[in-house]
Amino acid sequence: MRLAAEGLSWGVRARTILHDVSLSCAPGTVTGLLGPNGSGKTSLLHAMAGLRRPAAGTVLLGSDDVHRLPARVRARRIAVLEQHASTGLPLTARQVVELGRIPHRGRWPAARDEGATEVAEAMRQCGVTHLADRDWQTLSGGERQRVQLARALTQQPAALMLDEPTNHLDLSHQIDLLATVRALGRTTLAALHDLDLAAAFCDQLVVLRAGRVVAAGPPDQVLTAELVDRVYGVEATVGRHDHSGRLHVVWHDARAR
Amino acid sequence: MLQPASAPARTRRGTGLLVGGTLVVALAVSLVVAVGIGSVHVPAGDVVDVVLRRLGVPVDGVGVVDDKIVWQLRMPRVLGAAATGAGLALAGAVLQSLTRNDLADPYLLGISGGATVGAVSVIVLGVSVGGLVGGAALGTAAFLGALVALALVLTLATGRTGDLPPARTVLAGVAIGQICAAYTSFAVMMSGDHDAARRVLSWTMGSLAGLRWHSATVLLVVALVALVGIVACAADLDAFAFGDASAASLGVSIRRTRWVLLVGTALLTACLVAYTGAIGFVGLVVPHVVRLVCGPLHRRLLPLSALAGAVLMIWADTAARSLVEGQEIPIGVVTAVLGAPLFAYLLRRESRSR
Repeated sequence: MRLAAEGLSWGVRARTILHDVSLSCAPGTVTGLLGPNGSGKTSLLHAMAGLRRPAAGTVLLGSDDVHRLPARVRARRIAVLEQHASTGLPLTARQVVELGRIPHRGRWPAARDEGATEVAEAMRQCGVTHLADRDWQTLSGGERQRVQLARALTQQPAALMLDEPTNHLDLSHQIDLLATVRALGRTTLAALHDLDLAAAFCDQLVVLRAGRVVAAGPPDQVLTAELVDRVYGVEATVGRHDHSGRLHVVWHDARAR
Repeated sequence: MLQPASAPARTRRGTGLLVGGTLVVALAVSLVVAVGIGSVHVPAGDVVDVVLRRLGVPVDGVGVVDDKIVWQLRMPRVLGAAATGAGLALAGAVLQSLTRNDLADPYLLGISGGATVGAVSVIVLGVSVGGLVGGAALGTAAFLGALVALALVLTLATGRTGDLPPARTVLAGVAIGQICAAYTSFAVMMSGDHDAARRVLSWTMGSLAGLRWHSATVLLVVALVALVGIVACAADLDAFAFGDASAASLGVSIRRTRWVLLVGTALLTACLVAYTGAIGFVGLVVPHVVRLVCGPLHRRLLPLSALAGAVLMIWADTAARSLVEGQEIPIGVVTAVLGAPLFAYLLRRESRSR
């Protein structure tokens, strides 16, 4: 389903954090949300996930206004992967994944195990089946992100919102996770920091600076030396790797903005 | 939350059923055996006969004295104890989860402080409540005091947006509790009446001695309504496992869930306190013990806490009324003596696993 924001503004008290943001994610594509710390990526993700009501503007998923959907219905269509998922509870990985069934369950516990097939399928897709009975507290960072991704999938959403999903992961786990997300084929909006990975795994990049969209489009059009300089204040060269043909950013010098 | 030392959270589906079944049997046995215990011992078989006859089953050879002791005197008290224990354990489990605070207990929102202010006003100052006298006046005043304290705590804790952030709610409860404690001490000191001071002390330790059929019925109804209402929120409480944002993204209304459950458990506790006084430790310790055995998911935690709380309270009250002949030990003393060492053990265990 297409996910689109139109003229989104949001702020805390007098401080405006998002200014008139519009963007559109085509069905089944992965959109990378780039921008420096504090540029409003998380706020935009939360506003588009329906968790924060914007001061102005609308978010559409298909033809539905996300902020007008009942919370449970919304949770069956949009799933969110938080930046730092943490809990003090001794839950197993499977129990964490099963949390994703909450928006689908009735109020009263049913005798038979509802959604067991969805849970198993999501765990298989995210490669965490073997972790099912492990305690969440004993999982590595990469395993936790995969378990959370399986939880998000268990919600059977049309759209996935990922807030820096590769944070704290080593290179191979970053690549694994993003490859998994791509293979899921859901409309995805992911806040990312690594420009090379964003270029490699996204169909579209949207760049935020101080709460405004400053560039949007296919990676090879958006990711230029001029943009890196303008948005991050870093002098860089953007080139293509000889073998893989992938875009990569090499920085030279950080200068004062 | 407290965790098992080696933290094997691998709670199989069967564990909950096994523990649940065991507790149901334990509750049934406790009801029958505890009713038989007292200055006059009544064998379990006779207790069953009395109850069956009262329920309309024709049974021969039930004595009038046995009927009076079992049905009129002890049964309401034991049933009331079960309801009180179940209610306190439920309230504690919910508040610990909602505030993410291991030390949360049912009296968190100023309930015990407010209730004590009400009770002290009747005992020491002789304030009358709508023409009621004795226990009824005391209970009503305690209930009203609890409600006033709850309203103050909620007013203090509510943010601009109508939200109830856990940390601020806990602190508001502490602040109101302190004010209530100050009033209580002041009123008792100034009255200089030793008998009143003793009555206040015994009220704050709690007692089930005053329970009769009508009060026990109220307690049972309150506990059952609370059980059904709170178990209906089990999935919502589970959704809070990874914090507020995660709960919201799972379709749970954070603000509404907090308000409904905080106010609901506070009203439940206020009802219990009005009849029994503030009985400590049950609401604090029982949910922790159940979590250690059956894991933190609420569809198991809530019903099992209620059952375990009921069984524990029956035996605490039985000990309170029968350990010292001719005298009641305040039940708060019994639950503290049972609860504190258990709690200390759990804390030690948790500190070793870190």
